[in-house]
Amino acid sequence: MKFGVVVFPGSNCDHDTLFVLKDVLYQKTVYLWHKDRDLQAVDCVVLPGGFAYGDYLRAGAIARFSPLMEAVREFAERGGLVLGICNGFQVLLELGLLPGAMLRNKNLKFLCQFVHLRVDNPETRFTRRCRRGQVLRIPIAHYDGQYFAPAETLNGLEEHGQVVLRYVDENGEPTEEANVNGSAASIAGLINRHGNVLGMMPHPERASEVLLGSEDGRLIFESLIQT
Amino acid sequence: MIDPKLLSDHNLTPEEYERIVSLIGREPNITELGIFSLMWSEHCSYKSSKAFLKKLPTKGKHVIQGPGENAGIIDIGGGLAVVFKIESHNHPSFIEPFQGAATGIGGILRDIFTMGARPIALLDSLRFGPVDDPRNRAIMDGVVAGISSYGNSIGVPTVGGEVYFNNCYSKNPLVNVFCLGLAEKDKIFYAKAEGVGNPVLYVGSKTGRDGIHGATMASAEFGKETEHKRPNVQVGDPFKEKLLLEACLEVMDRGLIVGIQDMGAAGLTCSTAEMPAKSGTGISINLDLVPQREEGMTPYEIMLSESQERMLLVAKKENVGEVQRVFAKWDLDAVDIGQVTAGRNLRVSFRGETVVDVPVDAVVNLCPVYRRASRKPAYLRAVQELDLPPLAGHFSAALLKVIASPTIASKKWIFRQYDHMVQTNTALLPGADAAVLRIKGQKNGLAMTLDGNALYCYLDPRTGGAIAVAEACRNLACVGARPIGVTNCLNFGNPEKPEIMWQFKKIIEGMAEACRIFEIPVTGGNVSFYNDTEGVSVYPTPVLGVVGLVDDLERRVDPGFKQEGDSVVLLGENREELGGSEYLRVTFGLEKGRPPTIDLETEKAAQEVCIEAIAAGLAESAHDLSEGGLAVCAAESCILGSAGIGCVLDLDDRIRPDALLFGETQSRIVLSTSKTRLPKLLSLAAKKGVTAKVIGETGGKDLVIRQGGREIVRQSVQSLFEAWKNALPEALSVR
Repeated sequence: MKFGVVVFPGSNCDHDTLFVLKDVLYQKTVYLWHKDRDLQAVDCVVLPGGFAYGDYLRAGAIARFSPLMEAVREFAERGGLVLGICNGFQVLLELGLLPGAMLRNKNLKFLCQFVHLRVDNPETRFTRRCRRGQVLRIPIAHYDGQYFAPAETLNGLEEHGQVVLRYVDENGEPTEEANVNGSAASIAGLINRHGNVLGMMPHPERASEVLLGSEDGRLIFESLIQT
Repeated sequence: MIDPKLLSDHNLTPEEYERIVSLIGREPNITELGIFSLMWSEHCSYKSSKAFLKKLPTKGKHVIQGPGENAGIIDIGGGLAVVFKIESHNHPSFIEPFQGAATGIGGILRDIFTMGARPIALLDSLRFGPVDDPRNRAIMDGVVAGISSYGNSIGVPTVGGEVYFNNCYSKNPLVNVFCLGLAEKDKIFYAKAEGVGNPVLYVGSKTGRDGIHGATMASAEFGKETEHKRPNVQVGDPFKEKLLLEACLEVMDRGLIVGIQDMGAAGLTCSTAEMPAKSGTGISINLDLVPQREEGMTPYEIMLSESQERMLLVAKKENVGEVQRVFAKWDLDAVDIGQVTAGRNLRVSFRGETVVDVPVDAVVNLCPVYRRASRKPAYLRAVQELDLPPLAGHFSAALLKVIASPTIASKKWIFRQYDHMVQTNTALLPGADAAVLRIKGQKNGLAMTLDGNALYCYLDPRTGGAIAVAEACRNLACVGARPIGVTNCLNFGNPEKPEIMWQFKKIIEGMAEACRIFEIPVTGGNVSFYNDTEGVSVYPTPVLGVVGLVDDLERRVDPGFKQEGDSVVLLGENREELGGSEYLRVTFGLEKGRPPTIDLETEKAAQEVCIEAIAAGLAESAHDLSEGGLAVCAAESCILGSAGIGCVLDLDDRIRPDALLFGETQSRIVLSTSKTRLPKLLSLAAKKGVTAKVIGETGGKDLVIRQGGREIVRQSVQSLFEAWKNALPEALSVR
């Protein structure tokens, strides 16, 4: 499988994501430069974390206008696999490939910590190596991670099994305390109706090696790689 | 023209002015005066500290670069080198906490990537006044948010540091920032302006009127009014710096440039003077070509601006086009503003006229060096005398109080605002004795820490200086790392006061002795004087940044107990030393007595045992004894363990029970180990002549401490955890 990791000016998890895909999971992986339009025939585009274009306006608001994103939109509309992590998720929301928006965390502070996530839909290209209800331990690191969408959108998401990952406590319960950023319905990860675009706030690339304290993030990448 | 008022506005003495006149052979014009005032400021010239700093050992077989460059460099093998440095941003952080701290991060990052190293870790030492004062809370909130905003955005993890609270920092907060970068040994760059005729390129942000006189501001005391100094603080743009970082590393990696220097304090002045001064050349630039953000800027303003995120490069003529292409790729300008010249002058033209023409040596190297008067302070005798208060009784309650002291309590409220995991190298999360990072593709790892107990230094400067080094090294030993190099940030009051100079001298003596015994070179650092507001000085605060190597990263340990039934071993001896302790401060409001004594050879041997035990897999956990003593150390090992395992300690030292529990006697480390490995650990210690004693066993849900069979502390790990975890958030939520 060939992966492409997008590099916006201000991306800062691009190296980490490439490292996991290439050096930990031995996948062919290339960088995709924001000014290009060529996706280099990759099978999956990963939008990594960071602060694209500084995110001084609204996270992801400028990034969506980059030339590469036009190509990514077409790619996604044709069914290509797109994974947005953290800032990448925010860009996907701005692009309209996923519904909803991100607000500042409920405590109005940047939050960097391990959280527990429950896999509520293991029947996706991104989670098929997980069990339903499996609790993953993966870190978050964001300022604007409070997912928001109107009630009818949320209902639609639930109805179609689009809520893939939810913030829970270590026992798998979606408590208020576990929902550290205050996301609607404790949503941590969302998939589109077609099942080819996933956005998630937690960083699986930071939990793919024993040395870093968790390997749970590998399940996301390995689900994609599994043929 | 140049009158006494103008001189005093520029913080120059009449004698200094006369020296300038004789060095350049005429009266300087206003721009030249501004240039000298910046470069001869305490901040840039080290004129009061230079003579004493020479005492610090700087040599070592792995040192690639010692003091004098943007940062120090140590060879770590495998073709790699670490580049690291610490800097203060105290004055700006007091005036404008958010931007002051943010631009501190920006500045230290530039010092590191200027040398061709990719920054991989940030640490900060922060000192604030007590958080019950809303002003102090606001400063702390702003500083933490500023560090978080800049470091998180640019993608360099903030992996550790320290935070102290004391009255003396109420109007003098200290913000010391440390950065470490990794470079290929043969791709290191210096601030060189070599090759007459080579173009001088200006890269990065445009120049504005911000930060004019920043360095001068950091070289004077503050009075009551500081609000009007706010425009002296610059505004940071981490996004621009990220682009600058990537572009600079790319041109350096491709060998396209000759030399590079960041424009930090003293901006364009500093870089255009220092680069040729180091290379025996001159520089000539045309200010009309300098990208400007505002209209109508004068040469004075352009030369003195401290606008952030700018660099000066010298490139070979034939490479200029390629350098500009790389910068254009990152949406940055690289403007040819002048060239390297043979004459050893800095020559600046503006609208066809020469506005500056001064010898670079005069500006950079011929600033007067002061051996300021020093006098033993009168306060010492009074504060060193300690009549120990009668025993307070209830030590279990005292422990809860000490562990909830903001200096000791959990700093999670702070470090979870920092991205401490980006770059995926963080092998020990914040909260351990030292930060540990892997180096991708290597078996060994890097450890680093910041430390410095200012109260000890206030009570006995020489001992305090030695302990600062010893304790920082002990932090490293507790994760299994051997120290390889030191950087330091020395925060003091006004050096024109003889008492302050005396503290400075003594602390350097103590540090120098400790560095010699530990055989670790000092590769650079920073001196911040004039940390006084309204006549009150900070305690003398040396902050030591020590970098070490863990030979086998898989063997690293943290402070937490791992399982029930492990033996708890104390390296070192308990003595009746309560002077300068956090216990006296918290329970009796006393900042008195002599700090603990230290025997540096004993200390070194204890650390050696700890490092070897960890390397041999003989320790499940290791934690150093520092503020709060043995009781706090044991409590933290319980709290930081995975399952909240308690322990029972049986001690038989015949000293005051509170000294046994909370005394801060040096050279002690608590290890835990399995019963099967215990004999090996004890024989290792015996071989090295280090006292090692089994003092208890892990298990249960409580921390229990007995002295001579009598129980003096019993506290559940849960209640210790709650007190430790909630102290800071609760103190901050008071409104």
